[in-house]
Order: sequence, then structure tokens, then C-alpha cells
Amino acid sequence: MSGSGVARVSGLVVRRGDRTVLDGLDLEVGPGVTGLLGPSGCGKSTLMRALVGVQRTHGGSVTVLDHPAGSARVRARVGYVTQAASVYDDLTVGENLRFFARVLDVPTDRVDRVLAEVDLTDQAGDVVGRLSGGQRSRVSLAVALLRRPELLVLDEPTVGLDPVLREDLWRLFHELADDGAAVLVSSHVMDEAERCDRLLLMREGAILADGTPAAVKESAGVDTVEAAFLALVRGEAS
Amino acid sequence: MSPRILLAVTVRVLTQLRRDHRTLAMLLVLPTALIALLWWVFSGDATGSAFDRVGPALLAIFPFTVMFLVTSVTTLRERSSGTLERLLSMPTGRLDLLGGYALAFALVAMVQSTVAVAVSVGLLGLEVDGSLVLLGLVAVVDGVLGCALGLFVSAFATTEFQAVQFMPLVVIPQLLVCGLFVPRDALPSVLGAISDLMPLSYAVDAMGALTAGGPGSGSGGSVGADLAVVAGFAVAALALGAVTLRRRTP
Repeated sequence: MSGSGVARVSGLVVRRGDRTVLDGLDLEVGPGVTGLLGPSGCGKSTLMRALVGVQRTHGGSVTVLDHPAGSARVRARVGYVTQAASVYDDLTVGENLRFFARVLDVPTDRVDRVLAEVDLTDQAGDVVGRLSGGQRSRVSLAVALLRRPELLVLDEPTVGLDPVLREDLWRLFHELADDGAAVLVSSHVMDEAERCDRLLLMREGAILADGTPAAVKESAGVDTVEAAFLALVRGEAS
Repeated sequence: MSPRILLAVTVRVLTQLRRDHRTLAMLLVLPTALIALLWWVFSGDATGSAFDRVGPALLAIFPFTVMFLVTSVTTLRERSSGTLERLLSMPTGRLDLLGGYALAFALVAMVQSTVAVAVSVGLLGLEVDGSLVLLGLVAVVDGVLGCALGLFVSAFATTEFQAVQFMPLVVIPQLLVCGLFVPRDALPSVLGAISDLMPLSYAVDAMGALTAGGPGSGSGGSVGADLAVVAGFAVAALALGAVTLRRRTP
């Protein structure tokens, strides 16, 4: 598994309208927790959508687990959480999870396990629409955990969560990574960068830096990831 | 296609409906209530034949319209909530999803039609010339047609507001030429040809043939053919819906 990319992106081009969001992006995502950081609108979500195969692309290739992204053979092995909590507001937490468990063909006793992992056991009987925003996004995350994915793609999963829960979720991401999954987490909050095994700093559709948090800071000669990002942007502009 | 996923979608849609009392009432009670209202409107008619003439057409029109309206909006909700994208990033086949919806609404159409036929025949005195079971079957297939067309058009709408606008575009023209207002064979020839291309016309024909006073009554032999045409349109609309449902979106 060393060095073997779980996901490989090469020469990826995505255009939306007459705007080119990604222009020939090359990238490999391997095991461990990889943080994809960059400002809103820099192409993080587009890249993630391409990895799970729901983004229309205009060039290049995306390979996941040795198959084209989104092909029938890999769809069951990839977990995906969008920014919007993609669950049914008019179903209870338990009903949502049991539905997705049937779609994914996992035994329904997995439902209790993932509910415990996202700390929603007590809310299992509550209708999702009546939960708080943070609770809803945890329901969405629980769905992605139902079938232990080999690639877990999480688009800003910790937005709006309280610090204690954020801590718990990052621990969970690392547990999943320790079990062999590749976890790709996006965030526009730079302080989450320190929690990743590997960082990808992204801006305007391009990867500015790629390495461990320590290496990224060191190469920019600064001591926070945020400062490294600024230094890279300024260095690029000059 | 996966029967497991299809059934999971069906159970889920029915669970959502069960929780949404207003929609459930609209699906199950409204068609019958409208038919009863019309019976009342015509109750002053001295000849007593007006309701017998339009009743059968209404048994076809109301389930069709209500199902169209509800499905065109429900699937759009699935799209805007992000659950559609999530399902399509899972092993869900497009036909699993559409088939699951169609089956769920077919079951609802069955209950809806049973109520509508029971009230029309039992309480309002609509005279049936053929088998009650066949009458119910036509109503169910007709409801499924409405559902399939609703699923199809929802692919072309990006908001619920746009989806609702398909109703005057898709449903009302069919209503005008289906034989409710003017018997189909008395329509101007161009409109008659258009009427022949509209699926609702065949549902209304079948209903008419199965009831005593309706348009085309007595031509009981063609019910099977009419039913097949309606079912064919429903299957075609579902297939087109699957084609227009894109896994990858811009």
C-alpha cells in the first residue's frame, strides 16, 4: 500500500459555464488523512465531486481503486459527504440510515454502530428536519460510514460543529485511516490543517503545496499553515 | 437493476408519505372529493345523465393529474436536498430509483382508485358496464402514467417552482382533448390526431368503455388495447426519465 494511490487524478479539466474551474490538475490521494484546504470557490468541491464520479469533466482522467471514478465497481467502496446534509429531512435518523444501509447492502445492525460513532444514538428516533445543523451533518456523515469505505471523501464535514465534537470526528477520521482507508477532508478553516497527515493547499484550481503540515510550514519558512498559504500566494504573485 | 435497492426506495418513499399527512390526504381523498363535488354540481341536471357522461373521464383524469403533480415535485426535492447525488454516488441504478418511485406511487394509486371507484359506483351511482376490477386496474395504470410523466419532467426543472409549471404544459392540453369536453371523434381532425397521440385519451377511452354512459361505452373489447397503450406510455416515460437522469452533473 505504500505509495500506491487510492485515487489518481491526471490532467483533470472541469469547466462550468465559460469558467475553467480545474485546468489540468494532477493529484494522487493515498492512505491516511489528507486535508484539502483552500478558500471557498477554489475548486475543492469540484475536485471531490470528480473523485466520486458525479462531476461532469472536460478532460483528463480520475481513477479510484484502479477503476474509473464513479464506475459501478467502485461506487460501493467510496463514501461521500457533501456540504449539504444529504439526508431526508422527513425521515427519522434511524429510518435514513436503515434506508441507505439497504441501498449499500450492509446489515442493518451497522446502523447502531455508526450512530454511536457520530454520537447520535439518543436521536435515532428523531425526525432529521427537527435536528440542529450540526446533528444533521452528523447523520450525513453516519451514512458515509455505513459501509467501511476504502476512500472517504468529506466536503467540509466539521463546519458549525462544537469543538468537542470536532475533536471526536478528527479522531474518528484517523481511526478510519489507521484501518487502511484513504480519507480526504476539505476545509476552508486553516486551523484544521494541523490534524492532517498530509496537506494539499489549493487556490484557483491549482495545488499550491503538497506535504505534511510540518513540511509545508518549513518550506515556506513560517510557523502556521495560514501563514504558509499567504506566503505561497504572495510568492506566486511576485 | 437491483430489486433490493428498488424496494428500499419504495419503502422509503412510502415512509415519507406516511409522515406527510397533507400530501397523503391529497393523494387519497382529493380525487374522490372532487368527483363527489362534480356529482353535486350536476345533481340539478334533470336528465341525470351528465354525471354518467363525465364521471368515467374524471376517474381517469384525477389520479393522473394528482400523481403527476406530486411526483414532479418529490423527485425535485430529492435533487435539491443532495440525496439524489448521494444515491447516484452509491451503487444505485437509475432505474432502481425511478422504479422504486413508480412502485410506491402505484401502490398509492391502487388505494386511491379503490376509494374513487367505490365511492363513484357505490354512493354516486355511476353505472359500470364491465368489470370493477378492470376499472380499478385502468385507474392504477393511469396513476402510474401520471407518476412516470412527473418523474420524466422533473429532470427538466431545477426548482420546485419550475416543476409545478409543467402541469399546465403537460396535463391541461391532454385534459382538453381527451374526450371530456367533446367526444374524441367529434374533434376537428388536427385535434383528433393530437388526441390520438396523448396517453390520457386512452385512459379516458378505457374508462368510458367500462362504464354505461361514458364516451365510447359499449366498445368494451378495446379496453385491453387502451390499457396497453397507457402502460406503454408509462414505461416509455420511465425509460426516458432514466435516460435524462444524469449521474454526472455540471
